[in-house]
Amino acid sequence: MPAGTDEGGSPREGGGSASSGPALTQESVEADVAQALEAIARAGDLDGLKEARLAHAGDRSPLAQANRAIGGLPGPEKAAAGKLVGQARGRVNQALGRRQQELEAERDERILVEEAMDLTVAPGRRPLGRRHVLTVTAERMADAMVGMGWEIAEGPQVEAEWFNFDALNFDKDHPARQMQDTFFVEPAKAGLVLRTHTSPVQARSLLERGVPLYVAVPGKTFRTDELDATHTPVFHQLEGLAIDEGLTMAHLKGTLDRLAEAMFGAGIVSRLRPAYFPFTEPSAEMDFRCFVCRGEPTAPPCRTCGGTGWIEWGGCGMVHHNVLRACGVDPERYQGFAFGMGVERTAMFRHGIADMRELIEGDVRFNAQFGMEI
Amino acid sequence: MRVPVDWLGEYVTLPEGVTGEQIAADLVAVGLEEEGLHTSGVGGPLVVGRVLEMTPEEQKNGKTINWCQVDVGDANGSGEPQGIVCGAHNFAVGDLVAVILPGGSLPTPQGPLTISARKTYGHVSAGMICSVRELGIGEDHDGILVLPRLLPAEVVARLAPGDDLIGVLGLDRETVEVNVTPDRGYCFSIRGIAREYSHATGAAYTDPASLPVDRGEGEGYAVRLADEAPLEGIPGCDRYLARVVRGIDLTRTTPEWMARRLTEAGMRPIGLAVDVTNYVMLALGQPLHAFDLATLGGPVVVRRARPGERLTTLDDVDRALDPEDLLITDGGERVLALAGVMGGEDGEVTPGVTTDVLIESAHFDARSVGRTSRRHRLSSEAAKRFERGVDPDVTAAAAQLAVDLLVEHGGGSADPAVTDADQRPERPVVDLDLTLASRYVGVNYDLQRVLEILRLIGCEVQGEAADRVVTVRPPSWRPDLTDAPGLVEEVARIDGYDKIPSVVPRAVGGRGLTHGQRARRAVATALAGQGLQEVLTYPFVGAERFDELGLEDDDPHRDAVRLANPLSDEAPLLRTALLQTLPEALRRNVSRGSRDVALFEIDSVTLPAGEALAPVPGVGEQPDDEVLAQIRSAVPAQPWHVAVMAAGQADRSGWWGRGRPVDVVDVVGWAHAVADALGVEVRREQSERASFHPGRCVDLTLADGTLVGWAGELHPTVVQRLGLPARTSAAELDLDVLVAASDHRTQASPLSTHPLATSDVALEVPRGVRFSAIEESLRAGAGELLESLELFDVYAGDQVAQDRHSLAFRMHFRAPDRTLTTQEVNEARDAAVRRAAQDHGAVQR
Ligand SMILES: [Zn+2]
Repeated sequence: MPAGTDEGGSPREGGGSASSGPALTQESVEADVAQALEAIARAGDLDGLKEARLAHAGDRSPLAQANRAIGGLPGPEKAAAGKLVGQARGRVNQALGRRQQELEAERDERILVEEAMDLTVAPGRRPLGRRHVLTVTAERMADAMVGMGWEIAEGPQVEAEWFNFDALNFDKDHPARQMQDTFFVEPAKAGLVLRTHTSPVQARSLLERGVPLYVAVPGKTFRTDELDATHTPVFHQLEGLAIDEGLTMAHLKGTLDRLAEAMFGAGIVSRLRPAYFPFTEPSAEMDFRCFVCRGEPTAPPCRTCGGTGWIEWGGCGMVHHNVLRACGVDPERYQGFAFGMGVERTAMFRHGIADMRELIEGDVRFNAQFGMEI
Repeated sequence: MRVPVDWLGEYVTLPEGVTGEQIAADLVAVGLEEEGLHTSGVGGPLVVGRVLEMTPEEQKNGKTINWCQVDVGDANGSGEPQGIVCGAHNFAVGDLVAVILPGGSLPTPQGPLTISARKTYGHVSAGMICSVRELGIGEDHDGILVLPRLLPAEVVARLAPGDDLIGVLGLDRETVEVNVTPDRGYCFSIRGIAREYSHATGAAYTDPASLPVDRGEGEGYAVRLADEAPLEGIPGCDRYLARVVRGIDLTRTTPEWMARRLTEAGMRPIGLAVDVTNYVMLALGQPLHAFDLATLGGPVVVRRARPGERLTTLDDVDRALDPEDLLITDGGERVLALAGVMGGEDGEVTPGVTTDVLIESAHFDARSVGRTSRRHRLSSEAAKRFERGVDPDVTAAAAQLAVDLLVEHGGGSADPAVTDADQRPERPVVDLDLTLASRYVGVNYDLQRVLEILRLIGCEVQGEAADRVVTVRPPSWRPDLTDAPGLVEEVARIDGYDKIPSVVPRAVGGRGLTHGQRARRAVATALAGQGLQEVLTYPFVGAERFDELGLEDDDPHRDAVRLANPLSDEAPLLRTALLQTLPEALRRNVSRGSRDVALFEIDSVTLPAGEALAPVPGVGEQPDDEVLAQIRSAVPAQPWHVAVMAAGQADRSGWWGRGRPVDVVDVVGWAHAVADALGVEVRREQSERASFHPGRCVDLTLADGTLVGWAGELHPTVVQRLGLPARTSAAELDLDVLVAASDHRTQASPLSTHPLATSDVALEVPRGVRFSAIEESLRAGAGELLESLELFDVYAGDQVAQDRHSLAFRMHFRAPDRTLTTQEVNEARDAAVRRAAQDHGAVQR
């Protein structure tokens, strides 16, 4: 407590009624005001000011007593005394108000200083989660297709053998069917497999939606490969199928170039290379120029493309007439193209991922390297 | 297919100085993918050296080394003898040896080893005297390569110290390895690759099959084609040509050049007869078989197997034959071979014993060979070729080449008689509209160019460009060319895929993503926003996992689709719930130090297939509606699910204060977040589910009672069995149910801007009554003015009876059109309390 607060009050402590009070003179009132103002000015904090208020503006303060004493004055003096005391109390109250404001401001400022926190350490109470890089990559690819006016379809992972093979012109005795490393469902006569590619959705879409048709199909596919740095038994593809009048391989190339641009940026150099797939004819592989070495010889050979200068992206071609026939489409009138691009490959090349296993294991540190939009 | 460059150069004119790399690149352009390039790996200087001095020096370790002075001519730049330390002893002063000088390199399994001068055994050894093994030109020899022991005398005579040995030893040879697609069996021969190289580059091609072929005089060895059960109507053998060579010495060694080509092509030289048949197969693509004529008793009969027949094949496996297997038999009885796949022990040639050989050059049906090869899991070089299609017109030339080589290198003479059982069908023709190529590929091909390309690849074409539609007979070596688009592919391929322009088609436009696809994205984003990490786990599980999860014997989740050929016998089933495969991912993260981990996965699960079988009606034709319906319905239901599994801290501790462990309330909250993300209202019902803590599990349902899924804390026993952190909590929801429930346009209600009135009540209720039931009564009692309601405290203790507890609810009231009076609020609250009292015996405190 500031010591000064006592001075204003204690001398009159236990003071009696107005009639027995000191004389009500201009000097005495001025002295009371001066004492009050001094006490107010000396109040160092809000508590001190509260005491000063009690002592100098409270019911038992000299000015309050003086005010009560007015009633005992002779009639003619009352008005002047009233004015004198009223003004005096006004001055004290004003000072109190000002000081109150000052002290509150001081207090507020002090609290803000005291409450300061060092926020330079990363917060981590509830870190944001992440989408998986592969699903986000597949979504980005699908969105690129939507941007070209295509629809997105999907199909079952456990698929009828007919849809996975026969509908796609894989004869049951053709070596290509054996080369698919297929997971078969028991019993053998069930006629079911884990789809080896997203291509069965080509047939499903043609049968369900008819032509003209522009669909892309992201999805999970399966082959009996052991997991290693470049293989996984469970992987993802983005299938594309366009059937219309007058579609050519040039449209196939244009579509894949546009998709490649969406995934890898402008200026991507691509090539089609002859290949074989039972469900396309002509068939091709789509490669793009290695964006690490750009096809220039390096020593040691470029790790990204293995020194070939080209990166394989996926298979494609003009849809085989037998596929169209199996789906009730007239190959004399409609023709079109299909492709299947690896989502893992796309993500690996897009983001420089060297080991397939990091995409598979579900270690949360992996996706934490990426944002939710990659 | 491995293609030794010098062999290729025998059939097609290679440009001067062409590299294997360039050849591989040219072949890629016509569709032969590069698999690799094989070189000796030896880099010069590798020169002839003459050993001038050799001083044996015994070492402390008991080993004796030779300190040699070797004359390497001017190859070392000084002309002075080269000092080299050598540990081998199989050479002598005066010998000509191969010396690799500093700067040269040798192949090692770890990669190229660069030679440099180095201090060893007290000398500076400036190079190495090489062994056959170090140079990679042989395995069986030990010690130093002394040149006269390897090279012909006339070659050695021309060598002088310092002469380059890279070329002399063939260490500059390259072998290109290409991947042959399954439609192009003819590329499993140097002949086929050479033709493709010619197509790719325009280089002049000489068909190695155009050699003078003996027409034969008189009757040859009897052959009978007796396939009484052709597969799909195609005879198992439509041509069988037999030649006989007598009086040959099969103990003679295979000529070095042939052995080297075989080795480079990836086959091991075995003995003259086998080497010659393999050589012809590699050259022309025609698999051959050599029989010991003396062991044959009757005519060669080609027939299908009879029930119960067996054959021990050359790989020493006794095989039960299938009636579909096509056989080569001796007189129709004794089985000699699985036709086109592998021979048996009977009839095999034996060097030193066999003098007369019957050469089989036949054309077997691709389907028949393929099925037999797969049935017996017996892959052979012959089967690989027949399965992909062998040229039926190369049969005679191949036999001739084999006969010529045997006679040349084994002595003996060929019988003048030739057996040619020839039942080749006429090759089919394809009608081709020449303009199709442009319409299909998008390149404006001149029709003359189309014709030119077709003829270039060996097609016979009836008609001219002016006819527009021509009749094309593809070449005998291209059984894959059966339709017009196939011919168009050849035009595009030979003209070059690089000529195809890039044109973005104008799609018809559509709806983009489906509601379900968008909904799954929204759910994933919502969960990730709540701090959960998306994982993608493999869908394979074993029954043991069901035990670990505590599923009852009759739990429907045990009824899973089984794979016939799983990657692991421990996980032959497809998961019926995502929670079955999330534990590994959680465990892996914890073991790698990420202890606070909340995972989610979105994928389809596989419900049991049922008894229905999916018909497999074959290629090229649309099945009728009934068959299509059967196919579709046999495919098991695969609903999309979302699952969550979490352990560790929900709020992490740190400098800001203490953390909070993740608990079942978090998981139930996330399950709700999934429904909220889709704008679907779900209800909760306390439940007991296998795998979950019996008192800490809740079912989520739609308003109409449809089950969406459940959330809870895993049962402590399950947690322990799965090796998960204590109190691991989890949830699994059927996304398809939520997606269907959310597939409508939500209509907005206007918001009231009148003030909110709040009133708290504390109710004592029997402990058995579910919070949700009391909440429901309060809502029902309060009526429409109640905007929301929350349970904010639960008290049990001295102040209430033992079998009861006190629940504190805060009720928020608001009217759409006015400010509520205290009286209105109190009345509504009292009505709510009355209802709770009436329904559950609740008493207001
Ligand atoms: Zn590169």
